Amino acid sequence: MQPILTISDLTKTYAGGLQALKNVSLEIERGEIFALLGPNGAGKTTLINVVCGLVNRTSGTVLVDGHDIVDDYRVTRALIGLVPQELPTETFETVWNTANFSRGLFGKSADPAHIEKILRSLSLWDRKDERIMNLSGGMKRRVLIAKALSHEPQLLFLDEPTAGVDVKLRQDMWNVVSELRESGVTVILTTHYIEEAEKMADRVGVINHGEIILVQEKTRLMRELGKKQLVLHMHEPLTEVPPEVMDYGLDISDDGSELTYTYDTQREHTGITALLGALQSAGIKFYDLNTSQTSLEEIFVDLVKRPQ
Amino acid sequence: MNFHAVRSIYKFEMARMRRTLVQSIVAPVLSTSLYFVIFGAAIGSRIPEIDGVSYGSFIVPGLIMLSILTESISNASFGIYFPKFTGTIFEVLSAPVSFVEILLGYVGAASTKSVIIGTIILGTASFFVDIEIAHPFVMVLFLVLTSVSFSLFGFVLGIWADGWEKLTVVPILVIMPLTFLGGTFYSISMLPPVWQTISLFNPLVYLISGFRWSFYENADVSIILSLAMTVTFLLVCLVIVRWIFKTGYKLRT
Ligand SMILES: Nc1ncnc2c1ncn2[C@@H]1O[C@H](COP(=O)(O)OP(=O)(O)OP(=O)(O)O)[C@@H](O)[C@H]1O
Ligand SMILES: [Mg+2]
Repeated sequence: MQPILTISDLTKTYAGGLQALKNVSLEIERGEIFALLGPNGAGKTTLINVVCGLVNRTSGTVLVDGHDIVDDYRVTRALIGLVPQELPTETFETVWNTANFSRGLFGKSADPAHIEKILRSLSLWDRKDERIMNLSGGMKRRVLIAKALSHEPQLLFLDEPTAGVDVKLRQDMWNVVSELRESGVTVILTTHYIEEAEKMADRVGVINHGEIILVQEKTRLMRELGKKQLVLHMHEPLTEVPPEVMDYGLDISDDGSELTYTYDTQREHTGITALLGALQSAGIKFYDLNTSQTSLEEIFVDLVKRPQ
Repeated sequence: MNFHAVRSIYKFEMARMRRTLVQSIVAPVLSTSLYFVIFGAAIGSRIPEIDGVSYGSFIVPGLIMLSILTESISNASFGIYFPKFTGTIFEVLSAPVSFVEILLGYVGAASTKSVIIGTIILGTASFFVDIEIAHPFVMVLFLVLTSVSFSLFGFVLGIWADGWEKLTVVPILVIMPLTFLGGTFYSISMLPPVWQTISLFNPLVYLISGFRWSFYENADVSIILSLAMTVTFLLVCLVIVRWIFKTGYKLRT
């Protein structure tokens, strides 16, 4: 099937001469959840804004569902919903009116039942007649999400949806995202909370200095770039790494009670069986063991730190 | 054509006007009434008739124009400047709407409001002075054309302005003098010849003159010329707006 979003050789140079996007190419599959990660100023918002029609591209092409975003803007924009990073809201309008306004603006005929469903799923229903200025920051974000969903988009952009948001709203939001995914909506999100991407995303893209430096399935990324560690808790403290297991490159803790073995999940033989066998035949006893894995966050920090 | 969008914007703007009913309707009616009390009754009683029309009646068309101009400009400019200022404009810019649709929504609402205000002021004026309307159709035509033209002008101003001063300075520094020098309170023929010639460069002279003609059939310039100038002004505004949307000037980076 045709990708829902195809970006080829996209470049954006702002009026001041700053090149915010450099030959970005990216394909997003229908129905996936894609997390776009990158440090501040990497170009995430710029990329989203170009696709949504808020920023003019300098060169390159962007197709949404096979339609060009400039030539066929009516088709592409009707398919897109955007929750922006900042929180601009119509101060004096009520929640109900603003959500209905958005639906009409995107060319859909009124559908109170649909708006009601959205407001309920975002716990906004009992505040529907409230003026937006009377709502808290987190509530305003819910309103923006409701507005973005009001016209039933096929492709939803969430630009840092969870910045400064409490646990309850995060939960609500991820429930909404899961429901959207089930109904076939594609979600592209940016976030600085990487554990969130780790939990939700099917694929991860990393952007830095306007360049996409990596696009990978999340599980594969974590397998390929992630390191695992095996920690053995010794029965009796050791003074040094036993000579029998010298070849495994073990680290010993200061008090000698733990031995740590770092292994590469990529390798065919991780060496765990051999290590444990060697310890046993040397008569070195341990009472517990556990393994841990590098988080996406550590992988990400590592990637972004790398010299270009 | 995305009619749903046009309707949404129009409704949104009209709702904004309802929320600010006092400042948007009561204020212009009050200030115009004060003009009638001062110029119509107090001073006007000592001024002889102009072309067979009492002074109080003579200033009615000019005063209506004055209100329509200021209201059209301030409404339309604020309507687009405020979302730009707060950032909510992002939604309109990311929506599947063309420049014609955005225009119809915003300028349509601002013009509607101006026509309403013009009508209310006309009603108010009829309490103070005798008014005849010789050519009602032409009167309505001028009312609508002027409302639309200056709402367009206000829209352009709102897009161009990048601060509140710019938004307020143009109506005060440009429009106010032009209306006062445009024959609101006098006939151009009462001026010395040099100033009569200079006045012909003021586009508002044609609007006010044409509008007054539709009431009392007396005019400073021919009605055809007035209409032609009004339509020209409308077209110029349309061309500028079209250009703004083509280039994304000051709206898209
Ligand atoms: N309107 C603009 N004019 C000029 N430069 C801009 C504009 N908007 C963004 N930039 C610059 O473009 C670069 C990319 O900005 P962008 O907002 O896309 O980053 P981001 O990845 O979204 O960052 P963050 O995580 O802080 O939101 C930055 O260097 C920024 O200063
Ligand atoms: Mg950003």
